[in-house]
Amino acid sequence: MKCDLCNKPAVVHEFQIMDGIKRELHLCQEHAAQQGFADIPSVSMQSVSTKVGVAAVQSPTCGSCGMSFAQIRQAEQLGCPQCFEMFATPVGKLLEQAQHGATHHVGRRPAGSEADLARRHETQRLMRDLEAAVAAEQYERAAEIRDELARMSRDEGE
Amino acid sequence: MRPDRPPPLARADAPESDVVLSSRVRLARNVAGECFVHRCSESAHRAMLGMLQQVMLRGDLDETLNWVDLETVSAHDRQLLVERHLISRHLAETNIPRGVAIADDETMSVMVNEEDHVRMQAIAPGLQPERCLRRLVRLDAQLETRLNWAMHEQWGYLCACPTNAGTGIRFSAMVHLPALRMTGELSKVQQAAKDLHLAVRGYYGEGSESSGNFYQISNQITLGVSEEELLDQFQRVLIPGVVRYERAARDVLLDRERLTIEDRVHRDLAILRSARLLKADEAMKRLSNVRLGACMGLIDTIGLDTINALFLHIQPAHLRERVGGALSPADARGVRAELVRNMLSV
Repeated sequence: MKCDLCNKPAVVHEFQIMDGIKRELHLCQEHAAQQGFADIPSVSMQSVSTKVGVAAVQSPTCGSCGMSFAQIRQAEQLGCPQCFEMFATPVGKLLEQAQHGATHHVGRRPAGSEADLARRHETQRLMRDLEAAVAAEQYERAAEIRDELARMSRDEGE
Repeated sequence: MRPDRPPPLARADAPESDVVLSSRVRLARNVAGECFVHRCSESAHRAMLGMLQQVMLRGDLDETLNWVDLETVSAHDRQLLVERHLISRHLAETNIPRGVAIADDETMSVMVNEEDHVRMQAIAPGLQPERCLRRLVRLDAQLETRLNWAMHEQWGYLCACPTNAGTGIRFSAMVHLPALRMTGELSKVQQAAKDLHLAVRGYYGEGSESSGNFYQISNQITLGVSEEELLDQFQRVLIPGVVRYERAARDVLLDRERLTIEDRVHRDLAILRSARLLKADEAMKRLSNVRLGACMGLIDTIGLDTINALFLHIQPAHLRERVGGALSPADARGVRAELVRNMLSV
């Protein structure tokens, strides 16, 4: 059987049954290592004999939340929106399996321009900072953030 | 919340109300640039909760929402909200900072820090998913002017679980299928639902058992199909199909076993009108038969609204609320039986 991500022979085969839906993943050694299956013991005699003393290959992790793809599979949840970029190929496969072959969103999308999105993002960040400042009893900082939010709200109204 | 008030879902005049108790639509959303709930620190949970609470209560939304901090309210109050289907069991039981914004009429709620940052849902009596969807889309559009949802060009709205990516939408109908159960055809419907990529769950959703022959049927696919297509399928094809099956089974019962079914309905009604102790399971089972009898025209002294309301009021937290204090399981049986007797008295 070939790897799901290239034409090399698959050496890692994973089967899951969730909500009655069977999911399969087949990966070659290289892609298995990339997707966090590197710690799975190899069956080759050479690897058994040289196993002791060989440093474990580090699985790549998401720079934003620190999850590896193996952890994502185990938790059946991604860690953050960035995981979708970091593990785009295997996540795409996961989504396809979970969604019965569907690969593209065709429904609603948020309205607004890039500038609107950037403004919302900044407002969101400030609101969270405000909550954190109040929780840490940093009232001067909280007042500054509140002023900044008020200014942004005025600008938006103009 | 007014626990003594009849639930907004107990409406006999709603579309297809003989089989469909209620419709629910929910949208899952996450705030862009933030870890999903299960990867957040406690301080990040609090910051998210505070921010979303502010957004919900700003007063510039069409909906008037009331905030409930689920960390500070009692386990009893959380259970009341679960029984009224305003929060999930998961949100009631988890111990992270979390909350819910609830509309005045209790037909809409927005859960914060559930599996996703935001899970908003609208509920309506009978088969009315379109009404729920319109209301939710309006709220979502308003929230989107204040928040950036995590969005992907190819995969749509991003959710923690791959089964929700895309639209993040779940249409559900709570259906009452006693006749299909009696005629032994329920498994066929369950298999057909599975083949159509529908999930069949119990009375309280994921992981729960059926109670009183109520089942929650919902779509499983959220990617590659638009909200409108899903609505159309759900409202015009899938749920009406289930309704037709159940009605056909009721006709078969009337046709072939009229006396047996009449006996069962009236026997259960007599027990409910006389019992002094009732366990929740027994009450649900007998009320299910009484509801069936009322829908089949075998009982004309009790309205469907009353029976629908009873399914809610006999739940443990609602009984505790009624007596205003703790209730042992044994005492709850007595209070339940008294309530049922009073509500079903001629």
